Amino acid sequence: MVAWTAEERAFIQDIFSKLNYEEAGPKALQRALIVYPWTQRYFGSFGNLYNADAIINNPKVAAHGTVVLHGLDRAMKNMDDIKNTYAELSVLHSEKLHVDPDNFRLLADCLTIVIASTMGAAFTADMQAAWQKFLAVVVSALQRQYH
Amino acid sequence: MSLSAKDKAAVRGFWAKIAPKGEQIGNEAFSRLLLVYPQTKTYFSHWNDLAPGAPSVKKHGKKIVGGLGLAVDKIDDLFNGLLTLSELHAFQLRVDPANFKLLSHCLLVVFAMLFPDDFTAEVHLAIDKFLARVALALSDKYR
Repeated sequence: MVAWTAEERAFIQDIFSKLNYEEAGPKALQRALIVYPWTQRYFGSFGNLYNADAIINNPKVAAHGTVVLHGLDRAMKNMDDIKNTYAELSVLHSEKLHVDPDNFRLLADCLTIVIASTMGAAFTADMQAAWQKFLAVVVSALQRQYH
Repeated sequence: MSLSAKDKAAVRGFWAKIAPKGEQIGNEAFSRLLLVYPQTKTYFSHWNDLAPGAPSVKKHGKKIVGGLGLAVDKIDDLFNGLLTLSELHAFQLRVDPANFKLLSHCLLVVFAMLFPDDFTAEVHLAIDKFLARVALALSDKYR
């Protein structure tokens, strides 16, 4: 069981309340696909990913980015049991999608950077610490059912 | 993952824009490293104040950014250009190289915070590659 302080919970809620899921999700996924191009291996069916512009204008990438953010929303709403909340998603990513879990960390880092760019100085060091702890728990839960 | 001419141009261009805020960047990034990754404080047990923005933290942040500026200057030959720093980190400081990644991440976060419009995905890519090369050069003499 992960222990969250009241301050950490407040930080996480605050960040989510300021997030536009339809903007941050797509931006984070686009960034991951551009900065870590090997992640494109999982999106063969998404069409044109040939360069940064194509990725940024790709509607399937944007749609999927939004899906990811809504998934994170579920974790935020179940912060005391992310492990079980994500059990099915973990099986999905392992058994069906066959995603190397290191990619979760890469996408998480890109999301952190997108949040930093939208929140600016409001994204304090304390918030960053809490946020990265949250993402680490999410990533760990997503990896849990891999075997 | 070597640096292409395009990467180097992107790094130089971005660095020119951000250099005026070098001190602030160094302070923010290093403060964040110590707070977000508390294990990094183990290298600074000889300082009594490791709080974000403390005088020794600010001073060290400035030093780090100075080192990065040197790296940008020597971007065409990082391994030779950073030789002295590499020997310092290898034989004296002996910082576990895993920590270079952590500091790089904090730098990226601070770049995004302070320069959201300039720190595009393509610049992010070039800078990420550059920081990885710098880390490699710094750990070159470790063993």
